[in-house]
Amino acid sequence: MKILVPVKRVADPDNANKVKVAADASRVTTDGLEWKINPFDEYAVEAALRLNENAKSGEKLGETIVVSIGPKDAAQTLRQALAMGADRAIHILAEDEQLDSFVVARALRAITEKEQPDVVLLGKQAVDGDSNTAGQILGELLGWPVASFAATIETGDAGKSFVVGREVDTGVLKVKVTAPAVITVDLRIVAPASVRNGATPADHAYGEGARYASLKGIMAAKKKPIDEQPLAALGIDAATTSRYTKFELPPARKGGAKFVADVHELVSLLQSEAKVF
Amino acid sequence: MTDVLVIAELLDGKVRKTTHSAITLAKTIAAGTGGAFDVLAIGDGAKAAAAELTGFGARKVFATQVDGGYLAENYAPTVAAIGGSYGVLTVTASTYGKDLAPRVAARLGAGVASDISGVTVEGGTLTYKRPMYAGNVFGHVQLTTPIQVVTPRQSEVEAAQPTGGASPVEDLAATSGGAASARIEFVALEQSAKSARPELSEAATVVSGGRALKSAEGFQTVLEPLVDAFGAAMGASRAACDAGYVPNDLQVGQTGKVVAPKLYVAVGISGAIQHLAGMKGSKVIVAVNKDKEAPIAQVADYFLVADLFKAVPELTDAVKKARA
Repeated sequence: MKILVPVKRVADPDNANKVKVAADASRVTTDGLEWKINPFDEYAVEAALRLNENAKSGEKLGETIVVSIGPKDAAQTLRQALAMGADRAIHILAEDEQLDSFVVARALRAITEKEQPDVVLLGKQAVDGDSNTAGQILGELLGWPVASFAATIETGDAGKSFVVGREVDTGVLKVKVTAPAVITVDLRIVAPASVRNGATPADHAYGEGARYASLKGIMAAKKKPIDEQPLAALGIDAATTSRYTKFELPPARKGGAKFVADVHELVSLLQSEAKVF
Repeated sequence: MTDVLVIAELLDGKVRKTTHSAITLAKTIAAGTGGAFDVLAIGDGAKAAAAELTGFGARKVFATQVDGGYLAENYAPTVAAIGGSYGVLTVTASTYGKDLAPRVAARLGAGVASDISGVTVEGGTLTYKRPMYAGNVFGHVQLTTPIQVVTPRQSEVEAAQPTGGASPVEDLAATSGGAASARIEFVALEQSAKSARPELSEAATVVSGGRALKSAEGFQTVLEPLVDAFGAAMGASRAACDAGYVPNDLQVGQTGKVVAPKLYVAVGISGAIQHLAGMKGSKVIVAVNKDKEAPIAQVADYFLVADLFKAVPELTDAVKKARA
């Protein structure tokens, strides 16, 4: 099947505590932090590759296209996804300030309508803005069903439908969607048996997490096409719906940890000082 | 003057407590702008659920019966149809609200402020404060659209208490779903085993365990007695959930549940940034860990450096005595 995977580059999430705010509070600065592929989008790439392969025979079952909307250097993120095994890439050039979840969703709608994939598969949220909205908005703009927060995906009807296990607060909500559809993925989509496509033998267990790019994959990615075009070329409504007036760092927790000698001291401090019981 | 619509969250025909945070936000906005707020109970058993919501001071409570389990495709058309006459729509940022709100917003062309921790009203302008970058930055955001969709974070916005009164309940016919509705079906909601303990997002005390507990049995025999000694809810790190020691819905973190209890006890949790994002709003944080360099020290108020298998049973006894 044909799968479109939108990916975003984010400041290294494992160092998110090093993010700063500009002196005039007008923007977040991530100087000194590496750009990484948004982890949930990386998981979406992995899930797409699993859907589109027979992991036993190595046979490829469809095309995986990655798309990113962002500045010039977002190309590096696309190369990474190509190195993992995606077939080709689309890069919509835009500055981060031009974008919010609506602009992104409108841009993705334009690309989706052109590419006509069976599924748009993306991370449930980007871990910089932490909004968790773009996939749901995209589905609604397309008039497609959306299965958000997917922890499992199983294809049926020869790839025309999917049973998706959605991870929700109270357990797992299973839905069946008929293609074309939008699926947003949660972190457990990369567990060893989370994706079943009917071709890879049912007893096949993937490694935990997203695959690493092999050296061969990295070499091959250099030859794969990235179709680059400016945001304006999509002819979409580029008006944002939100405006950030300022940013601030959260107040630091006072003091830092007080090391206690033993359980006795801990309990007595919890009673006398913290007064929690 | 901004009128606000609260979308209630229903489970098994009952109102989930998440709803009460959205009511608090609605009251704040309505009071700050001189508007009113209504509540919409939508889902299976909406009529009975609506009756649970008449004591919170709403102008009206609407009830829309939708058969079968929750699908945004079947809910969003109704919410958007009625929502068009409000300035703000709000539903708490549970997985329900996070799924539904953007769908409604897209239908209305309304901007979304998601997972907010608070709102300020100044001269009729609403500014929302929201955690970003795993809670390492707060952004203050305004929406520029005539209708705004807002999802408050349950742990940051206090639950509304009943104020008495009796809001009238009005039946509202469901607006049928569009083409998308025909392409999705509800298969099942596999609910986690119900626990006698308080709910994670509502508990005054949360005791969480990490991979250092080593097994499901480690949770059962070592951590759970401490959880119950505190009368707490039990949480876990992602690593412990991934390892299968406890169900996934106990995960505390950026992408699991966000909690802000009076007391948070982290046992054998090193404190990855993603975990800290889910608990650093707690009032008092205690860490029990054998590694004093563990990043949990950045947020902990009290740190007991110890082997948890020895310290936790001692702590359990001491807590029992102290609370007796």
